[in-house]
Amino acid sequence: MTTNAEEPATAIRAYPNGPILVRGDFELLDEDGVPVATDRRTVALCRCGRSAIAPLCDGTHSLLPRTPRS
Amino acid sequence: MRLPPARGPLSEWLIGRLCEPQRTAVSPAYRSKLPWADEDLQLSLWIAYELHYRGFEDAAIDGQWDPEVLAFRAMLEREWVAWLERECRVMPSDAPIAEQLRELVDAEDGPRLSAYVRRHATLDQFRQFVANKSVYQLKEADPHSFGIPRVDGPTKAALVEIQSDEYGGGRPERMHAELFRTTMRWLGLNDAYGNYVPEAPAVTLAVSNVMSLFAMHRRWTPALLGHLAALEMTSTLPNRQYAAGALRLGATAQDARYFTEHVEADAVHEQIAAHDLCGSYVDDHPTALSDVLFGASCALKLDNLFAHHLLDQWKDKQCVAS
Ligand code: FES
Ligand SMILES: [Fe+2]
Ligand SMILES: [Fe+2]
Repeated sequence: MTTNAEEPATAIRAYPNGPILVRGDFELLDEDGVPVATDRRTVALCRCGRSAIAPLCDGTHSLLPRTPRS
Repeated sequence: MRLPPARGPLSEWLIGRLCEPQRTAVSPAYRSKLPWADEDLQLSLWIAYELHYRGFEDAAIDGQWDPEVLAFRAMLEREWVAWLERECRVMPSDAPIAEQLRELVDAEDGPRLSAYVRRHATLDQFRQFVANKSVYQLKEADPHSFGIPRVDGPTKAALVEIQSDEYGGGRPERMHAELFRTTMRWLGLNDAYGNYVPEAPAVTLAVSNVMSLFAMHRRWTPALLGHLAALEMTSTLPNRQYAAGALRLGATAQDARYFTEHVEADAVHEQIAAHDLCGSYVDDHPTALSDVLFGASCALKLDNLFAHHLLDQWKDKQCVAS
């Protein structure tokens, strides 16, 4: 895998009132350090704390009250 | 697949024309107050659009570009689009497009089909639900792929990222349409493309026809993108419930994989679709905002009507049975 300053190996982006998307080269481990089974190139990580399939997002955040962007 | 049986003068004319293009009968005129529920209209549109996807073995090879067929379709589309405009056009605001899409989705308080499927649906009802779904799901993502050559830059990248997942990322067995076939086979349904079209009610065909309308016409590209965003944004929660319903009815994890896959995949897709796809498109085409919302609103409206149709039918049966 080649890397340079303009093109990082992994891109992480937070979405308003939603998850964080991780794209690229990564290894995802759970709280016990066990790899999370996913063969997706891009994953959504829950940051609302309510997902039933944490650490992945399952869309539950859309049921929670939203905070407006400042 | 073969051409389905006609449901009235419109589909009869179209099927006749496709089988015998040398025939010169004039197409019948068309008027309808309720296009989404009109069996003859929706079947005719479905056939006319299908010529641009897999087509029919028994139709003329270049029926796709038969000017008579295209003029006929345009006539049908006039009423269909007029109804969509009346029912689904919404006023845009100054908020970011992703927020406006979210508001549209949240405002939709449709019937609770997924909650019903999860808790109460019988195996027969689940089978009926899946057979109806198969009309679109066996070509899942295909309508939106027509958008790819019509957009640029970050919009294209976002669209292709979503579509690549829908098509299994290079692995045919992970293609969403194929996962759907596994669910169909669990239910003892025939998974051949288009198999349930002849018995699908108008509303089921309308669900597909609205995406094909947006897919065929470059002019409706923003609506096509908005439509995709609405699908992705209303996927994770219902699919969780469908998965639970399937497991309750005895599905294995593999049989229910179509639904569970959509929980994980669409948690990703909904962000990409709302923010990256529609966001970048509206940045580049500010005047397209209203059409993006229109496409989303059409998707929600038809999904709603479809849910009503199934639930009403099931309720009536319950009354008869009790
Ligand atoms: S961020 Fe999506 S479920 Fe928590
Ligand atoms: Fe999908
Ligand atoms: Fe998706």
